[in-house]
Amino acid sequence: MSILVDQGTKVVVQGITGREGTFHARGCREYGTKIVAGVTPGRGGTVHEEVPVFDTVRQAVEKTGAEVSLIFVPPAAAADAILEAADAGIRLAICITEGIPTADMTTVKAALASGSMRLIGPNCPGIISPGKCKIGIMPGYIHKPGPVGVVSRSGTLTYEAVAQLSRRGIGQSTCIGIGGDPIIGTTFVDALGLFKEDAETKAIMLIGEIGGTAEEEAARYAAKEVRKPVVAFVAGQTAPPGKRMGHAGAIIAGGHGTAAEKMAVLKECGVRVLQSPAEIGEAIEAALKESGRPGGAGGTK
Amino acid sequence: MKIHEYQAKQILKRFAIEIPKGDVAFSPKEALAIATRLGGRCVLKAQIHAGGRGKGGGVKVADDADQAESLARQIIGMTLVTPQTGPQGKKVRRLLVEETVAIAREIYLGVTLDRGRSVPVVMASAQGGMEIEEVAHKDPKAILIEPVDPVIGFRPFQARRIAFALGLAGEQATAAARLMQALVRAYRETDASLAEINPLVVTGAGTLVALDAKMTFDDNALFRHPEIRELRDPDEEDPLEVEASAHALNYIKLEGSVGCMVNGAGLAMATMDIIKLVGGQPANFLDVGGGATSEQVASAFKILMADKNVKGVLINIFGGILRGDVLARGLVEAIQQVQVRVPVVVRLEGTNVEEGKKILRESGLDFTLADGMLDAAKKIVALAGGR
Repeated sequence: MSILVDQGTKVVVQGITGREGTFHARGCREYGTKIVAGVTPGRGGTVHEEVPVFDTVRQAVEKTGAEVSLIFVPPAAAADAILEAADAGIRLAICITEGIPTADMTTVKAALASGSMRLIGPNCPGIISPGKCKIGIMPGYIHKPGPVGVVSRSGTLTYEAVAQLSRRGIGQSTCIGIGGDPIIGTTFVDALGLFKEDAETKAIMLIGEIGGTAEEEAARYAAKEVRKPVVAFVAGQTAPPGKRMGHAGAIIAGGHGTAAEKMAVLKECGVRVLQSPAEIGEAIEAALKESGRPGGAGGTK
Repeated sequence: MKIHEYQAKQILKRFAIEIPKGDVAFSPKEALAIATRLGGRCVLKAQIHAGGRGKGGGVKVADDADQAESLARQIIGMTLVTPQTGPQGKKVRRLLVEETVAIAREIYLGVTLDRGRSVPVVMASAQGGMEIEEVAHKDPKAILIEPVDPVIGFRPFQARRIAFALGLAGEQATAAARLMQALVRAYRETDASLAEINPLVVTGAGTLVALDAKMTFDDNALFRHPEIRELRDPDEEDPLEVEASAHALNYIKLEGSVGCMVNGAGLAMATMDIIKLVGGQPANFLDVGGGATSEQVASAFKILMADKNVKGVLINIFGGILRGDVLARGLVEAIQQVQVRVPVVVRLEGTNVEEGKKILRESGLDFTLADGMLDAAKKIVALAGGR
């Protein structure tokens, strides 16, 4: 089992004819993901790298049964693309786009609150259930199937964590990049809730960073609700206050959102907190051993 | 993006919020002319992108125009050190010259994003003039908060609720409520990330005046506000950061001696953290991005070399989209153009990593290859010396 997506998931790519859309839709297909449709307004009726293209998401859903959308639409139009996916009955939208105005996302978030579509991102690498399905921009080959759920605000730091795990023969159930923006769809708490219910997930790796209070909320939720071991790393222990560290959401504002604060709350809540990003593989291996479940998929190491 | 106080006030004025009469001066002579126009007595306020200016000697009152000119001579060109500038301070190049205002009462008013609720909020406090963070720390209940619904907006009843809670009454409450709505409009129509009036002053005559103002803007929305983009003042930014942003690189200068070049913001922060853990100090944050080109890698390297504090460079790349061979070629190109005076440790992982390593080895240039983040951090700190 995995969360949210599996080998049967049918995916439409919004912005498939763009440079990014083309490149990554190809990568997803090569991994085995069922990319059944693409959407680019004005290019409906054409075929792009063997994928039928539609003018609207609604047409794509009606003609192909797509249920998940992967969004590569440029920042100025991305909020509209997310709302179009929701309107078309998509159940899960994954928005890769970096640079969407915050005000657009406050509107999207308010609009999605009354509907049923889940959003992952924006400004994220996407989601992968190793061996089954990759919907995003991560390098698929570093992953392997197994018992660890990974949830992260970062892209390449997640790859780093995954590589450390795979090198030790430890696979992943699902890896979700929730995104580096101040306003995102799926949160750490949401992801923890999903991993909690997933029988395959035996341990959870949480990768946070400075800014906001999402890590603290995750810590309190984990203490109350999650019986599986949770290990956390928070990037930005050396970040100066008042400076945006690459991600729009990674900023220590008014003295709040520091790594130290987050690490303290996570520790208080019983989460194993790592000082060094190089200790991720080791810590998860130890956590799995303690919970009596070492190794990769199906208990093999 | 940050702007100056006088620029923020001009924006507020467009939304019918009253500000003191005055203008910006770039020289003592201009200050003299403005002070004369204001009738002599005036306040001179240094314009830098940092708070706490009064404590650092950047705000002075002049009794007449001549004194305004001589004070302006002192302030313009001075290096102002405040709790927010850091010990090196900031050079003052612009001065706001304003009429003095008789103060009966001071109020705090601000609009900013509440990340937890995913909506903007209006914040107010009766303790005007005090930093809101300080109020939040000492007496969080003293802060009044109303959310701004992204769809239905900030309602008049919410503004009235704040006004009455602040102890305002009659005409003044109505005026304050109207002003709050104007501030929310200013925030939303300019895609601000902060719109703050601190203090908002109830004058001796009973009117409401924005005595100080601060606005910052969402960088991601600047594409639809060319008029705000114009307000950017590169003099207020680190020259290397300005250079980096011209090459679409995310660079932030720090105080340490180990330069780093990394792809991805999270990994870049984690690299800084591990350098510190093994006894070094990062000289910068630098994210070359997911799809960096050879040219960008070369520009990034030049920026690192332009920082005189840098005693060694750690390059940590996890190639997903950015391929190892592209990175390696960029590096070799950059090093052929730039005088490299420090040791360089490279840690490559991910797509086409073997090709990348081969290019680096065969370049004949002096790189130290590392295996994993910890090994890389230890190697560069040993080579650069922990400091």
